[in-house]
Amino acid sequence: MSITEYFNLLWDDYTLRTITLGTAVLGAICGMLGSFAVLRKQSLLGDAISHAALPGIALAFLITGAKDSGILMLGALISGLIGTFWIRGITSKTHLKSDTALGLILSIFFGFGMLLLTFIQKQPNANQAGLDKYLFGQAATLMESDVQLMIIVTGISLFVMLLFWKEFKILLFDADYTKTLGFNTKFIDVLITFLIVLAIVLGLQTVGVVLMSAILLAPAAAARQWTNSLGTMVLLAAIFGAFSGVFGTAISASQNNLSTGPVIVLVAGVFVLFSFIFSPKRGLLFREIRFHQNRTDLKLMKTLQFMYGIAQEHENISHPHAIRILNNFHGFTKSSLKKLENEGWIIIQGQQWAITQKGFKQAQEMYNQKTMNE
Amino acid sequence: MNSPQIEIQIIAVIVAMACAIPGVFLVLRKMALISDAISHAILPGIVIGFFVTQDLNSPLLILLAALTGVITVVLVEFIQKTGLVKEDTAIGLVFPVLFSIGVILISKNANDIHLDVDAVLLGELAFAPFDRFMVEGTDLGPKSLWVMGSILLITISLLLLFFKELKVSTFDAGLSSAIGISPIVMHYGLMSISSITVVGAFDAVGAILVVALMIAPAATAYLLTEDLKKMIGLSLLFGAVSAISGYWVANVLDASISGSIATTLGVIFLIVYLFAPKKGLISVLYRQKQQKIEVSLITFLLHLNRHDEESERHINHLREHINWQEVQARTVLNLAEKNNLIEIKNSVVSLTEKGLTFTEKSLEYIVNNKDEKIEPMKEDFFLFRG
Repeated sequence: MSITEYFNLLWDDYTLRTITLGTAVLGAICGMLGSFAVLRKQSLLGDAISHAALPGIALAFLITGAKDSGILMLGALISGLIGTFWIRGITSKTHLKSDTALGLILSIFFGFGMLLLTFIQKQPNANQAGLDKYLFGQAATLMESDVQLMIIVTGISLFVMLLFWKEFKILLFDADYTKTLGFNTKFIDVLITFLIVLAIVLGLQTVGVVLMSAILLAPAAAARQWTNSLGTMVLLAAIFGAFSGVFGTAISASQNNLSTGPVIVLVAGVFVLFSFIFSPKRGLLFREIRFHQNRTDLKLMKTLQFMYGIAQEHENISHPHAIRILNNFHGFTKSSLKKLENEGWIIIQGQQWAITQKGFKQAQEMYNQKTMNE
Repeated sequence: MNSPQIEIQIIAVIVAMACAIPGVFLVLRKMALISDAISHAILPGIVIGFFVTQDLNSPLLILLAALTGVITVVLVEFIQKTGLVKEDTAIGLVFPVLFSIGVILISKNANDIHLDVDAVLLGELAFAPFDRFMVEGTDLGPKSLWVMGSILLITISLLLLFFKELKVSTFDAGLSSAIGISPIVMHYGLMSISSITVVGAFDAVGAILVVALMIAPAATAYLLTEDLKKMIGLSLLFGAVSAISGYWVANVLDASISGSIATTLGVIFLIVYLFAPKKGLISVLYRQKQQKIEVSLITFLLHLNRHDEESERHINHLREHINWQEVQARTVLNLAEKNNLIEIKNSVVSLTEKGLTFTEKSLEYIVNNKDEKIEPMKEDFFLFRG
């Protein structure tokens, strides 16, 4: 199946529609809540939580014997929350730093989850196949009920986010101020973290524990490059996330042997790379161009300053001088001389130049500015 | 115990010890998550190396994959330097992308590659003894034993050779460059060793559990000591103990050995986290409670010192004035009385001579805010600490 075929089938085929809708909704909610994770410097918390959710899934299966994704998700949610609060406990009560706490919880919970999974595999319970999909995710296993659950959870998180928008925003940018205003910062903090954990757990079935954090981060990191407003960033991240989900699913469905998770991550990675390079304000390309421009401007000003220095010593400022004396001056070229002339700062006559009234003033003002700044 | 069992345990212990040494420095340098990033990001390196060499234990593959690890570090640092995203986001972006490339490479070439993703994530220690190292028909033991053994030897000899340099560059990068030890060289040296260790160990314990073996022993040891040498020693011990006990737990449950080693590490960490004598959760909570009472006591005594009039020093009034709960008020009052800092006559509280000196000294401390004033003071007056 090629990609165009996939999009043609999208409108007729029930399964494809469900899966695509599922990944789109997932991308949107992750992008939305991921923006908060990125801005709160909790990027890697997502990674830790998604790994920490694994034992919860395995334990939920061991206890209930059910394969119902709702129950497994509940287990994942509980174990993800335990991991999150343990990380907080470690960083706040001991001298271990957050990176150690994150790596520790991540690897230990994952290891414990793997222990349980391998234990389950050896059990004489034919039911157990399918837990593996939580490692890398299988969008193909999404059912309509799963997608409905996703939409409901997304709706609730959106509602909560809009309800507490002001609180979330102020906590994000100035936690101390929020506290002095009398907001219950602990509650808001826990609420945001809870929503992030919820989004991660929701995506485990589709993307898997190993790569879930990237779905959370990448759309938000890409969106961050295009705007400085929180609202726009959340919206953009949701859009980027949804598109990564749809394209990722399309590509993985059109090829054999491709897990959905890695493909979605790569698509999201392309979004990030594109934003890093081409974003007009922060992007590397335009930044390089701006640097270059500033550098030429600076050189031009240097030349003008030098000319000003010479002109100052003469009574008539427009007294012509030989171009020759500029030659050993750093930053002087034919083109820069031409540019100065185009600006109307100097006049060139044959082998001689003379500073104009306008150019003299320009240099003088710059000089004043310089002394003022000092 | 049969001979493959012994061999597995020896390999497990060697892997754990080889991981613990770089782990200590990663934890101390606040770079623990770099090990997570490296362990994921080496996957494409391993796959490409496998295309070339067709042998998971070949030194060339290990070098290629380790190079990918170092490239990851460079890439993360490059993104951090652009300032487009915060540091942790840079790590979080780079490794999933590289890991995804690795997973896709594996699944697209599933027929040619004898590598599956589960094995990469988990490793399989149980199979390690079956890949033998043969020289001219003589069996010299499992290959991974040789690989990890040499990595451990290299790590230990580098540690002994550069211990001083590592120590100074870890704790004071400024001093280190001032005395001519380049922190950058040390940094990349450590990164290279970590990469090589991760690559060598991933075959046995898998990409994610390498992280557990690196971070958990070091973090546990860090809760128990602040001496670098002791910390390394303890990490080695924790690594080795959990490798062996993890093996036996897995044996009983018939489950993944590496998962069980990680779980054992987690249990050891939990115990130390709760009960460590100085840095453990329980002693921290106890200390915090004690400090709270100490502060209340000083507040109370200062209040007494300020007021001469009897009405201000009446027991009932005090409770209203400082706005304490009854229980807290009683604790503080009893404490002060037991230490002879105050005396109570007709429900009026007044400072004793000892209380007066103490209060004046605390006032001096509050004004100067110098630690050397408060520490001996605590010893002089706070008898309740035993």
